[in-house]
Amino acid sequence: MANKSSALCPQCQKEVELDSHKICPYCNFYFPLTPSERLSLIADEDSFVEMAVGMRSVNPIALAGYEDKLKENQKKSSLSDAVSIGKCRIEGQDVVVGIMSFSFMGGSMGSVVGEKITQAIIEGCLNGEPVILFTASGGARMQEGIFSLMQMAKTASAAALLEETRTPLFIVLTNPTTGGVTASFAMLGDVILAEPGAVIGFAGPRVIEGTIREKLPEGFQRSEFQLERGFVDMIVTRGKLRSTLSYLIKTHTRRIPNE
Amino acid sequence: MSEIKDDTMLKSTLERIETIVTSAKEQKSSWDCVLLSRQQGRTGAKQYINLMCDDFMELHGDRLYGDDPAMVGGIGTIGGRAITFIGNHKGANFKENVLCNYGMSNPEGYRKALRLAKQAEKFGRPVVCFIDTPGAYPGLGSEERGIGEAIAQNLKVFATLKTPVLCFIIGEGGSGGALGIGVGDKLYMLENAVYSVITPEGFASILLRDPSKAKEAAEAMKMTARNLKEFGVIHDIIAEKSPIETAQLIKDIIIRDLDVLCAKPVENLVRYRIRKIRGIGEVSGGKEWWDPLLEVFKKTESLR
Repeated sequence: MANKSSALCPQCQKEVELDSHKICPYCNFYFPLTPSERLSLIADEDSFVEMAVGMRSVNPIALAGYEDKLKENQKKSSLSDAVSIGKCRIEGQDVVVGIMSFSFMGGSMGSVVGEKITQAIIEGCLNGEPVILFTASGGARMQEGIFSLMQMAKTASAAALLEETRTPLFIVLTNPTTGGVTASFAMLGDVILAEPGAVIGFAGPRVIEGTIREKLPEGFQRSEFQLERGFVDMIVTRGKLRSTLSYLIKTHTRRIPNE
Repeated sequence: MSEIKDDTMLKSTLERIETIVTSAKEQKSSWDCVLLSRQQGRTGAKQYINLMCDDFMELHGDRLYGDDPAMVGGIGTIGGRAITFIGNHKGANFKENVLCNYGMSNPEGYRKALRLAKQAEKFGRPVVCFIDTPGAYPGLGSEERGIGEAIAQNLKVFATLKTPVLCFIIGEGGSGGALGIGVGDKLYMLENAVYSVITPEGFASILLRDPSKAKEAAEAMKMTARNLKEFGVIHDIIAEKSPIETAQLIKDIIIRDLDVLCAKPVENLVRYRIRKIRGIGEVSGGKEWWDPLLEVFKKTESLR
């Protein structure tokens, strides 16, 4: 199968032909990738084994319309929720991965996303395997009320366990990563990578504009801005992603005295 | 036997009054609580701290950038026990409100809280947090200095802080800004306090697509102390009386809880805290999570 597809670039409005990297040849816009497209860029062929396949969202605060919204998004995206987790190999090295999808309810973090991220992290802790999380999220899933807020605490406390077991956490921030995901595990990586041009921040651009009552400066909250401000280690193109992750895995082997 | 008769009458009258009070409480809507929690002149963190201990010493600064007046912190003693207090500070009047940015912290506020929490850990002081904020400040400087990173660090460090942490939501518990000083061993809410992932106004305009439906949103979001008690997210609800009486109730809880928590081995304390956080969330088709967590605990033990 030829990995070519055509699409309209949302940034420069041109009709473009895309290869498996899905980058606009005119303006360098990074199109979102599905979990399987992402895996084909980084993982060894057929090495991915999905975890927590059967996990589904429920309606914890009994909010009218939430179940329909979930069904609609499951149908539209052919995903079960906003994150897929599993184990795979990158250049022969075992890792745990989590890949978020903005296309599922804006990548919002409800109980399922929080639980799956936590499971991925715990799995990494158990086997000393690096955990790699690709983020894409508008923030907490408001439809789950306080339970969505609590997922921030849950994922961050899991990240604390990584610390104690000396297991590496690598974060790849993709467009966009905001709200409760930024304010929890996304900012807790040992190394934080970002794709070019991704919006990365806590409050969304419109909320900030509403607060300060003026337009945001060009490039505000983009990856390059975050690199300059010291919140991102490096910006990585899709072509360099596999080799960069592979290098990080190699150089973050656990070296525990007396083990 | 007229005495008994009178007594019975008095008792029944008292019971009736109690029923009226209780039903009045029951009828208080979520929106009523939202308004009460935001009311100008409501007792704030600094006032509660000063009502509870007469020797509070405020400490300032995050040692990185500045001092955030929207976050108050310092040391005080209760019953001879030194405690690190941290709290959102909205200010008692309009002038103070402006000075403290209405209790909306910038990153330096969360980093000050983190510094004081670590200091408390070092000297074996328990930490008491008072939450009362509409949220973290969504401004330019706040973003530039990494408000997301600041909150994330707090969540992680408080989760494994090796000293007891008690949290009290005394007014508005606004989203990540509240959670940033809200991870601890016990979480309590005042009767009229609220705690939510977004303001009802925000919820109304985003999900209900009508900002005027905030009242309806408040109901749907289940953000009152009673809702959160039912969800098992908070440990208990504290009755609101006069500021002095409420402060006394909070103080009693602090004394009671710290007597218990300070006596526990700190390792167990941290494990119990993590276990509690680990369990929050509702999914279908999930698997049992306790055994893997226990295994990780064993692993961290062997690494020590």
